[in-house]
Amino acid sequence: MALVLNEEQQMLKESARGFLQEYAPLAQLRSLRDERDARGYSAKTWTQMVELGWAGVLVPEAYGGLEFGHLGMGQIMEEAGRTLSASPLFATAVLGVSALVLGGSDEQKQKYLPALVEGSLTLALAVDEGPIHKPAQVALSANNNDGDFELNGEKHFVADGHIADQLIVSARTAGAPGDNEGVSLFMVDRTAPGVEVERIIMADSRNSARIKFNKVRVSEAALLGQRDQGLTLVEKLTDIGNAHLAAELLGIAQEVLERTVQYMKERKQFGVLIGSYQGLQHRAAHLFSEIELAKSVVIKTLQALDENTDDISLLASMAKAKVSEVAALATNEAVQLHGGIGMTDEYDMGFYMKRARVAEQIFGDQRFHQRRFAALSGY
Amino acid sequence: MTNLEVFRSETRAWLDAHCPASMRQPIVDFDDRCWGGRQWKFINEDQRYWLEVMAERGWTAPEWPSEYGGGGLSREEAKILREELYRIDARTPLFSMGLHMIGPAILKYGSEALKQQHIPDIVNGKIWWCQGYSEPNFGSDLAGLQTRCEDKGDHYLVNGQKVWTSYADRADWMFCLVRTDPDAVKHAGISLVLFDMNTPGVSTRPIKLISGKSPFCETFLDDVRVEKNQLVGKLNKGWELASYLLTHERAMIGNMGQATASTKTLHQHAIDIIGLENGVLGDSALRTDIARWEIDSRAYELTAERITDETQAGQGTGATSSMLKYAGTEINKRRHELLLGIHGQSALVWEGEAPITGTQAAGTQAGGAMASQWLRTKGNSIEGGTSEIQLNIISKRILGLGAKE
Repeated sequence: MALVLNEEQQMLKESARGFLQEYAPLAQLRSLRDERDARGYSAKTWTQMVELGWAGVLVPEAYGGLEFGHLGMGQIMEEAGRTLSASPLFATAVLGVSALVLGGSDEQKQKYLPALVEGSLTLALAVDEGPIHKPAQVALSANNNDGDFELNGEKHFVADGHIADQLIVSARTAGAPGDNEGVSLFMVDRTAPGVEVERIIMADSRNSARIKFNKVRVSEAALLGQRDQGLTLVEKLTDIGNAHLAAELLGIAQEVLERTVQYMKERKQFGVLIGSYQGLQHRAAHLFSEIELAKSVVIKTLQALDENTDDISLLASMAKAKVSEVAALATNEAVQLHGGIGMTDEYDMGFYMKRARVAEQIFGDQRFHQRRFAALSGY
Repeated sequence: MTNLEVFRSETRAWLDAHCPASMRQPIVDFDDRCWGGRQWKFINEDQRYWLEVMAERGWTAPEWPSEYGGGGLSREEAKILREELYRIDARTPLFSMGLHMIGPAILKYGSEALKQQHIPDIVNGKIWWCQGYSEPNFGSDLAGLQTRCEDKGDHYLVNGQKVWTSYADRADWMFCLVRTDPDAVKHAGISLVLFDMNTPGVSTRPIKLISGKSPFCETFLDDVRVEKNQLVGKLNKGWELASYLLTHERAMIGNMGQATASTKTLHQHAIDIIGLENGVLGDSALRTDIARWEIDSRAYELTAERITDETQAGQGTGATSSMLKYAGTEINKRRHELLLGIHGQSALVWEGEAPITGTQAAGTQAGGAMASQWLRTKGNSIEGGTSEIQLNIISKRILGLGAKE
């Protein structure tokens, strides 16, 4: 398949760019931060996104979605990376929707997918129990208790976990922490008795949560996907998540390069534009080259998700590893090439640097994915 | 079946029937690559046969027009042919600057007579072309070249010196940048001419490289007579052609390190020498370095593919050959540095036997090749415009930096 966007995908990308730059620019994130907004995103903007159909991009038409695919969704994520728009797009429209599409029973799909499309339901995926992504290290237990399950344990770094209506929680139904078997996923109401949510504000001004589960009872109907085989579903979801985070990171890298090049064409020192110095030009040109490589792995991975190829995990790790590396380089260079102003809070560069690091850490940083790429390649 | 499916199945059957088994083996020595030309000594009958049958169909130049001996294939068909060749690990039947550089230039800019004279011989590998570009004082600053070409009425007379002429000592013809107007500003007085290396006044001297090999020569041009019909394109408009050719050269050099089906992967080298412990490479630092390299290498391949696709779809930013040349050569250099890390001192044996250790059958193998190849790659980021020149081009043409205030 040609590594290009088709006309509809291109149109979606352009309309996403137009919408985000007008209604959810970086200034919005700045004011959400400064006002210590309890939700962490603008409900109004999310409603507009829902009206544009973005909550249903990955939802099959049969459930009222657009069924527009990952390559389409990836374009929105990339544009949202340029504007650093905070919204439930990632936690709900990418991860939550995919969890239901891939793991949900017909009944669960009927129940949740239309609600997701119309924006009346938000979700959060609770996988990790520590600061480093280790999907098999699940200690949170779900013991079968006369038909119901009782959840006990803790989840950390749950994006949107403080505000989502429902949590998708990986829990141990058999075996010990570290085992690949014996993990199951459950849908848990965030306000259910025994669920204790602590909001954590991350460096990027977005929200994460630490969630304690103390004797939380859920019925068997809350089980998402096959019992004890949940890790397979988690891996699929993190592959999808990583592909879209890579798209977002690509948007960040492109935006900061463009802004930095623009600055180099405006800023004068010693009577000349700093962009006339070869020492700086070559750094920008190297970054351009790296971003070109990053673009290719992102489009390839998103296409692979749409075609459901058998190398999705390899590609997702490749994309996350490469684009994380490029986004880190881009944001570091951007601050350095801007000089002192790049260090100020008033200027935007710091926001990009912070988001790049947080997005990299979600579901495994560049080193995690280099190791995973090696393991999947047989070494 | 669609037409393309029919084409694929016919191609597959034809290749199965015609590609000799020995032409499906990995390339080891220089002569395993067939460069063709008047002096070429085929390593065996299979190499001769493989070139002949492929050239007969024009499949050495699949997308060139069939009226000049090319394959006349569409882009989609040519892609299928490449995939089918890759599938059976077939060696490329002909390597040549004719195919990648001067051929496309003659097709684009040359007269009908030049096309009829030169294109068929490029397709069938009868003529080995070399490139007369750099001069002793004009490398990165190529447009300053000083080799003079004077109009003598019914012919031209060329005097000067070229350097870094690849395989000038084996080549049959040269495409050569010359100065036809010494008074014009430097880009404006350049032309591209063609001549036979047997012409009186042409002499060559090989340059020995740090790799121990001599893939390049100095070429001396003393009163070399060039026929007037061997001018490609218009007089004094040679820089446009030179830029066009440099774009092709950048693509060719950038791709040089790319793996073919028969190339052993870097991680397989490491597995063979270092071995796995519980499925994981025994050296964790090297493991990460290799993974990073393999990710970059794949990203590079995908980028070349993406840019071709974008061009085809009328999208894209253009001017990306510099980016591909820069990234491709730097990635290829890293590959060979990692091979040194994997093979240790055996990679640095210059003469004599190098010990092979590891999980594969222990023994020795003739040393020298790995060190020589490693050293040769250092030139990749110099030839065809240095990495720094490519970064200059990206800065100016793509990023718009360094323009007037």
